[in-house]
Amino acid sequence: MAKITYIEHDGTEHVIDVKNGLTVMEGAVKNNIPGIDADCGGACACATCHVYVDEAWRDKTGTSSAMEESMLDFAENVEPNSRLSCQIKVSDALDGLVVRMPESQH
Amino acid sequence: MSDPTAHVVILGAGHAGGTAAALLRQYGHEGPITLVGEEPIPPYQRPPLSKAWLKGEADADSLALKPLEFYAEHNIDFRASTIAVSINRGAKTVALSDGSSVGYDVLIIATGARAIALPIPGADLTGVMFLRTAADAETLKATVGPGKTLAVVGGGYIGLEVAASGRALGADVVVLEREPRLLARVACETLSDFFKAQHEAHGVSFELGATAAAFEGVDGHVTGVRLADGRLIACDAVVVGVGAAPNDELAKDCGLETARGVVVDLDARTSDPNIFAIGDVAHRPMPIYGRMFRMESVPNALEQAKQAASAIVGRPQPAGEVPWQWSDQYDLKLQIAGYAFDVDEILVRGDPASAKFAVFHLKGDLVQSVEAINSPPEFMMGKQLIGARRPVDKARLADPTVSMKEVAV
Repeated sequence: MAKITYIEHDGTEHVIDVKNGLTVMEGAVKNNIPGIDADCGGACACATCHVYVDEAWRDKTGTSSAMEESMLDFAENVEPNSRLSCQIKVSDALDGLVVRMPESQH
Repeated sequence: MSDPTAHVVILGAGHAGGTAAALLRQYGHEGPITLVGEEPIPPYQRPPLSKAWLKGEADADSLALKPLEFYAEHNIDFRASTIAVSINRGAKTVALSDGSSVGYDVLIIATGARAIALPIPGADLTGVMFLRTAADAETLKATVGPGKTLAVVGGGYIGLEVAASGRALGADVVVLEREPRLLARVACETLSDFFKAQHEAHGVSFELGATAAAFEGVDGHVTGVRLADGRLIACDAVVVGVGAAPNDELAKDCGLETARGVVVDLDARTSDPNIFAIGDVAHRPMPIYGRMFRMESVPNALEQAKQAASAIVGRPQPAGEVPWQWSDQYDLKLQIAGYAFDVDEILVRGDPASAKFAVFHLKGDLVQSVEAINSPPEFMMGKQLIGARRPVDKARLADPTVSMKEVAV
């Protein structure tokens, strides 16, 4: 279990307990948090679950796969700390994680 | 004209209906929401049923769009195992299969599509299946495995995904296709040939130009498919994947305008201002192609759920979208953007032999659609080019050493 803080683009914060094994994307979607669309449901096919990982958490959330990297390269408003949240698996090590949402997923 | 206290009744608890209910709450709608679903479980994702789920890589919880508690917590009255029988537009009521009647201020028809059955003898034998619902997938998973032969009737995307999953489960798989090539209705020959070769390399066999004339069985269970040419293809199970038809009878019966599905506008509104139709059942405008058609895809279901929910709460409509879909087979990721309308040229970027290439369908120098195999940049950029109606330099597009960021004119 990890407590994850999702911050919408307008600054609204949502603090959610997410079960281990789920992805950061699933934690948001299953709790109806706006700002993460996840059209493809986690197949790394759409880049609509884009988040910015808080600097302090970049190492712990791991690195992107070539597929994820390649999708992000063509997404909008990408920053060095951009990730696709469907590719980040939740574990105890991510307790306290903070992610921010971009202005739009499309 | 939006009324925050309106009672919204949603018929159909699939991806479209479930998403509309959740979005209405996300957008701040306060009135009661009733979500009527034929299946015993709350809305879930169907795509994994022919992909990760069938291979045991996803479970029921991960398929669910939201946990069951979500509906009660958000004052959404979820009626499982129930269907609508008729709509009375004058009284603004819907008669349900449990004998009750529910009144609405706003109605959303999200009844989806159903798998088309083959009108041939033996179609009612056990072991002759479809893959549409979680229950269908459960049956299929319990039926196929090592030592079993699965016959797939229909060489479209569903059929091919089932074939790949059947191989992953250890079964022998034979695909029967009526046309002389796979994906005949939806893809070009390059892609048809590529998928055939990939599936053959994974041990799937094909009978192309083969029409199923009858299913034969012993003691009520299927044992083979009789082809029109007289041959018998022995098997232990059959999945029929020959397309889907819209569940638009309720709409027709109450006098709503229908074509190949329920006709709606860009707000997903039907010819009755109090009734919306979304997802597989809707015949909708698609401005980038200047025409109307019916789509069967999750992105379309989500988009129309957004359109209807936005219209109901009086929120601005989302920006116009480019339709897209995806398919996973073995380690191949196929991403498709757009539809190949009015195409005068097909351009292949990359080498199919490398299993990393993209097929661009062009109308003049405009991209109408792209099919990208293991090629996210081609998909992502192609989708943007389709949406922007931005012309491309064909020579640069055909050269995979030129970045996709530099193919626009």
